[in-house]
This record gives sequence, structure tokens and C-alpha cells, in this order.
Amino acid sequence: MSGDDLEAVAARFRGIAPAADACTLRLVAERDEHLAVRRGVVQPPRVGYDRGAMLTVWDGGGVGYAATSDLSAGGLAAAAARARDWARATAAIHVLRGLPPPILPRDGVYVSRVAEPWEALPLADKVDLLRREEERLGGDPRLVDREAGLWHTALDTLLVDADGGRVAQRFSFVVPTLSATANAGSDTQTRTFGGHAFCRQGGLEVLRDTGFLEAAPCIAAEALALLAAPECPTGVADLVIAPDQMILQLHESIGHPLELDRILGDERNYAGRSFVTADMFGRYQYGSPLLNVTFDPSRAGELASYGFDDEGQPASRVPLIRDGILLRPLGSRTSQLRAGLAGVANARAASWNRPPIDRMANLNLEPGDQSLAALVGAVERGVYVETNCSWSIDDSRNKFQFGCEWGRRIVDGALGEVVKNPNYRGISATFWRSLAGVGGEDTLQVLGTPWCGKGEPNQVIRVGHAAPACLFRAVEVFGGAAA
Amino acid sequence: MQTEFATIVEAIPPLLRGEEIYTCYFAGEESEFVRFNAGAVRQAGAVTQRTLSVDLIEGRRHAAGSLTLSGDPAGDRDRLAHLIGELRAMRAQLAEDPYLHYATEVRSSARRVAAALPAAADATAAIRSLARHGDLVGIYAAGAMHAGFANSFGQRNWDSSENFNLDWSFFHAADKAVKGAYAGITWDDGELARKAEASAEQMTVLRQPSRRIPPGRYRVYLAPAALWELMSVLGWGGFGLRAHRTKTTPLLKMIEEGVRLHPDVSLAEHTAEGIAPGFQDAGFIRPPRVSLIEGGSYRDCLVSPRSAIEYGVATNGASAGETPSSLEMAAGTLPLDRVLGELGTGIYVGNLWYLNFSDRAACRTTGMTRFATFWVEGGVIQSPIDVMRFDETVYRMLGERLIGLTAERELILDPGTYFQRSRDSARLPGALIDDFTLTL
Repeated sequence: MSGDDLEAVAARFRGIAPAADACTLRLVAERDEHLAVRRGVVQPPRVGYDRGAMLTVWDGGGVGYAATSDLSAGGLAAAAARARDWARATAAIHVLRGLPPPILPRDGVYVSRVAEPWEALPLADKVDLLRREEERLGGDPRLVDREAGLWHTALDTLLVDADGGRVAQRFSFVVPTLSATANAGSDTQTRTFGGHAFCRQGGLEVLRDTGFLEAAPCIAAEALALLAAPECPTGVADLVIAPDQMILQLHESIGHPLELDRILGDERNYAGRSFVTADMFGRYQYGSPLLNVTFDPSRAGELASYGFDDEGQPASRVPLIRDGILLRPLGSRTSQLRAGLAGVANARAASWNRPPIDRMANLNLEPGDQSLAALVGAVERGVYVETNCSWSIDDSRNKFQFGCEWGRRIVDGALGEVVKNPNYRGISATFWRSLAGVGGEDTLQVLGTPWCGKGEPNQVIRVGHAAPACLFRAVEVFGGAAA
Repeated sequence: MQTEFATIVEAIPPLLRGEEIYTCYFAGEESEFVRFNAGAVRQAGAVTQRTLSVDLIEGRRHAAGSLTLSGDPAGDRDRLAHLIGELRAMRAQLAEDPYLHYATEVRSSARRVAAALPAAADATAAIRSLARHGDLVGIYAAGAMHAGFANSFGQRNWDSSENFNLDWSFFHAADKAVKGAYAGITWDDGELARKAEASAEQMTVLRQPSRRIPPGRYRVYLAPAALWELMSVLGWGGFGLRAHRTKTTPLLKMIEEGVRLHPDVSLAEHTAEGIAPGFQDAGFIRPPRVSLIEGGSYRDCLVSPRSAIEYGVATNGASAGETPSSLEMAAGTLPLDRVLGELGTGIYVGNLWYLNFSDRAACRTTGMTRFATFWVEGGVIQSPIDVMRFDETVYRMLGERLIGLTAERELILDPGTYFQRSRDSARLPGALIDDFTLTL
């Protein structure tokens, strides 16, 4: 469905908007396409079209929503009536009772920057490209599985109200993937293209910009090398973390704890709460003075860049942690009103069938000034880790344990032998205070994940993370095998 | 929605050309969602959605697509025609698919499970009344879920079920909480009250000062809800043929080394007892029961149609992900009322949380305790404990260190709602385990 079609639906909505304190229509139209080649076989391509509307009504102090794929005037009217019923039924018992509805801008617009449109390359050429990259993973008999894939999504959203408010946004996302799995007896090791974190807004230029077209041989070689590698050593050691693991560290132990709806308790039954409390903002020492974290929906190409959130609030770059001090939560307009705290524009919904909640969007760790060689050079005995493959953290986002695909010993300031199953664990509230070195721009990578889960009903959403390599002191590291 | 599905299916044959055939799958729901925080409504609303997936096949070439249906027959026919045209154009650019596999034997079916659901506003009032027991947080989801299949050979399958699923917590303070679940097809205020009372009893213990225990090895009892979390992570590749043959299964040592679990451990995909549809998107009918682990030994895999051709075995109607939907673990012999006595001194674990593999090939998992987790001494619950991280292999937990499984089992209906309401379920006992490793 084109943007023009959405405008036609919006025009129908304005004709049926119910009598209520406020009503918004949020339209989503999405086309996604999955392509993959696995073990020399082109997997059946899948194309999907999804479109629908969420109507949200504020009335008498209550708020209700109804989501429908029936975009006729009758369908929209029925959904609006259902949403209004819910608003009235919850007028006296809603968490948001007494809070004003959002005010939309008159003409908000955002469009992903695309250099080479997805459609510019015919399907057969894309499949050939994937065949080529999958073949370049190699034919070693120990490689028991190999796959190369591409996932493209074209997404249009239109948020309007009955008073002329309007926000139109158009996104293009590309997710390239590679994986090689090697086996020897009871050991299996998998290397991937950054844990599938090399995902961006844009077009086919993403394949070049992320290094996808050069990655395959190295991924396969490293999967094989891991079979022969010893387990990661166990003990307390310094840890140098590559960007494709740093983003997971950032996501789980800074992003989620700073989500204001978690701090307000909304997520306690599912995703969890937060060790961060409202009184910490402005004074809490979250990490060492080297720690600077920013909410930045304005970075071109990053996966969760946008101009406006799903409540229509204009989004801009905001520091959350500066010089290690916690400044501001990841809280949307609604959460800000509830908590009495300043926040960011991060009310986001997974699609038309889910209501917006606080999400982290682009959450970035600002680069420092050290090279990777300098970070490694500052370590006498330690471990270097790349690429997340295991993540677990408690419901307060404090006690974590993460595992990586690839590790190397660091001995006397130099990278040494490869080690497998590198894991480490720690506590968020203290871990970031051991940050002892932050890589410069030359180590920074712009990454993300399409798969951040949260909310009741559950929602999975895209988030972007840019991070440099970092050095942490005295971390508990260990390998696999015996528990 | 069955009529809508039948109408759109009738629109497909006129859109086909030459030797083309199709398979199609329908998924729909009409749901009410009410989310609670601090005993108040946080978000309330309704979601109606319907998705049609089509595989357009000619010979061994095919392409698959899906679209959200609006419910308007004319508009949906136009959009379907556009999709089929696009799939045809895509297919023309593709080679033959050696692993294409779809059902050709016609096995039609229909199942409808109606529920006695309260009006959503009435359910909301009943749920809010539970807040007298504590700070209430959670989600109520209710309504109809639909699935359908059709193909060129005339097979038609339909499955509709109405149900409700209330998943809630009572919080005492910070992370000290108990979890409650009430799901089914017949809503009963009295039954809800009884379940809430049972949760409230655990709240009295939660109000005791919390105990902080050091890392180490402890005797533990995993309640069925906790065991379900472990089974969920094990299901992530543990039972699928593709994971088995590509050596990525976490149960690799059972395959390669003949490692066995405790003889009391038997697992099955028991479709006949679950609430998931008995058919899948290529039209294959799932057998009533597939034994996955029997007497501690690896038995059969879940086999999707593609894996069946790729690896030369028969499919058993598994979905593409080859994960269980209706997992069942055999009961043990330990009576539930003797669990605390047999636990003696140790930890009663009500739930686990956020599990993952710390060494997949060794089936070593990590995760956290959560919700009602208590220190037990002399067979008596003493106090809540602060959350702890575990790191253990399944071979120890359900193998050499398993003391016993309970004679009673719980039916767990997955409250998950990613993309649409889940139809997964599990019937599981509790597990008493010795030397369970807590690390942080």
C-alpha cells in the first residue's frame, strides 16, 4: 500500500472520527521480503504485505484502542466505537486518567535515506549474490551448515488526528545475514556476520557499507578455528569487548534499565522492572567518567532513526549518561507525565496491532579516543570477545551473563590464541564503573537488532546501537563445557 | 472468520494459470487485551487481524507470500490477485526447489472450541478486585483464535478456539512477587478467587526479610512453571531434525555420545492434548503424539516437510521451526505434598527467567530465579531469597542430579502474544534436583 493509499484511509477516518476528547489513527503498511541460500539451495523467497490501523480514543479520563485491518469507513468506525467503549469503561480506573492526550504536529515527515533502492537489483541478481556469498563460506566438510540471507522491509506509517495533526514516515530497512556452523564430534561452533547485528536503514548500499560482501571467508575460517581452540580461561580478567558484543551489553544493562515504563512498573509481570529508580536521575554514578550514552534517533542509517515517535512527538538527540552520571530516562511523553521526569520521544509500537510503549530506539555509546591496539595494549592478562550469541539478565536488569562466538586471549598487551565459548558475568550497577577504555571513531560500528522483545501484549521491535570497542577491568570470565 | 477464509479461498483458483497449484494458510484472531499496573488499567483495547499465506507452486518452482486481509471480499480479492502476480514473477526467476514438499493426500478437518467468556469489562472488574491481595500487574487476553488451511487438491482444515488467559503478579516490594495464571475456556469468578488466594498465601512469606545466599550448589525444587522455562530453551533446536542433522541441537551429546537423561524423563509432542491446530502450513496433519525422549534416551525428532526431503525421512507435520507446541513430560512418582519434605534444606524455585545457553553444544544453560523463590529448611518455607543466577547443564539437572519428578502435573497455556496470541501449551511435573549450581 502506498503512502497515497494511507492518505485515503486518513481521509475516511476524518469523516468518522467519534465524539470524544481526542482520537488518533495510526496506519501502518509494510512490505517485507526474505531471501536466503542455505547449503547451496535457494530457500523459497517470502514476500509479505501487512497493513492495518490502530484507533486510540481518549474520553472522560479513560483511554482505549482498537486495531483493525478493515480500513473501510465502516471498519474504521467500528474500531473507533470499540476504542471509545474501552476509553469510557476505563475512565475511572486507567493509569493515565487525568493526563492530556498528545498533540500532533501539523505536518511531520521523515524518510529513510536510501542511496541504492532495494528494487534496483532484480530478484535473480539478489539470489545470485547470495549464492556467491554462501559459496564463499567454503566447502570444508566440517562445515555442516551455511547460510546467507537478506531481509528487506519497506514501511510506511501515517499518524493523524481529527484536528489536522499529521505525521508521515517512510522507512527502508536491510538486514544481511551470514552464518557458518562447524562440527567435530560433540563440539559445534557457529560464526555469524556480527550476530545478525549489521542491520541498517537504507538500500542495497548497506551491503557494501557493512562489509557484507567481504565477510564470508573470514566467518567460515573462524568457525573452523574455534573447533580447534581451547575453552576460554576461567577467572577474573580484563575484558576488551568488540562493538558487536558491546551493543548487547549496552542494550541489556543500560537500555532496558533506563526505560521509564519499566521504572514505573508497567513491565513487572513480563519484561521486568529496573534497578534504576526515579531519584537516581541527575546524580547516580552509572559508570566510570568514560561512559557517555546518547539517545539518538537522528543518526542517518541507524536502524531505529525516525523523525517522530508513535505519539507524534518530535525526536532528537538527547544525552542520557554524561561522564558516567545518569541524566535522563528513556521515557516517552506519556511516561514523562506520569513520572514527572524529562525524557525522550520513544513511544513506539511494533506495528498497527500493538499500542506504543517506551522503547530504546537508537541508543548509542559515544566513542572515546583510543585505538583497538591501545585498548588491547593496556591489558596484561585478559580476553578479547566478539559477537554475541547468548544473553541473560535478571528482571531488574542487574545480574547478567553474556556469551560470545569468538574470543582471544590477551597476553602482555597483544592478542593471543583463539578461545571458544567465551562467557562473562557481572552486575550492571557496578560493571560500567570498571570501564577503563573507550575506542575511538575508528572502532565504532553502527549496528542494531530487529528483535527486541517487550510489552504485554508482546511486541518485537527494531532498535539501533552504535558502539566502539571498550575495555573493562577485572571481569569474571569463563568458558564452556563443565558447569 | 471461517466464512471469510472460505470466500478468499474460492477466489484463488481463477487466479491460477497453467499447471499452477497453491497451498494457503490462514491465521486470525479477535482479541481483547487488558493490561494492569498497580491494580489499575494501563492499556485496554481490541485487536482483530487476519493473515493469509499463499505458496504458489508450478512443478518444483514456487514462491510464498502473505497479506493481511481486510474482511472486504472485493478488496481482498484484488490484493490477492496482485500478490499472486508478484509471486508468479518471482518464481520465474528462481531455480527448482529440491526440498519443496506439500501434502497431496486430502485430509480435511474442522474443530471449533467455544468458550464461556465474560464481557471484557466484567473480567476487568473481577481481576481488579484481586488487588486486595497486593500490587497487581499483568495481562488479560481473551477471544477467538483461528487457523485454516486449503490447497488445490481440495483439502480444507479449520480450527477455531475461544479462550482466555490471565497472567498476573502480586508484588510485595521491588522484585519480590508471586506469579499467578488462570487460563481456559470457562471463566469462573470463584476459581479465579481461589487461585488468587493461593498466590496470596505465598505473599505472606514474601513479606519476611529476604535471605541473600552465596553462590554454590543447592538442592532445589523447580515448580512446573520453572521447568517450563527450561523446556522452552531446550525446545530451541533441541528436538528438530534440522538442528539434529546440522549438529546444532543442544542435545548433541545425546546424539554423538549416547548420553542419557534420568530414566524418569520422557518428553513428547502431544498434539492431541494441546490447543494448537493439528495441521500445518503445507497441509500435513500432525500425529496425535511424537515421542521425543523416552526413558531418558533420545527418540524421535520433529520433522518439517522441508527437512523431511532434505534428510530423507517422513515428516510428522512439524512447523518450519521444528519446535514443540504441545510439550508433555511424563509424571514422576514424588507426591506434590511431599516435595518440601524431600527438599529438606534448599530452595523452592517458583519460576525461572531469561534462560539461554552458556555452552550450547554441552546443553549448558544459564538463567535467573524469579518471582516466588524461597529458602526452605527442615521442609518448611522460611523466607524469600534474593534473585540468583544459575549455570547448569540439562544433563545434570534432568540426569545425574535429578532426584525425582512430581506425580502431579500442571497444564500451562502459554500467555505469549508476540505477533498473535500463542497456542502453545505444556503439561509438566515439578522437578527435585540436587547440587544445582548458582553462580551469581
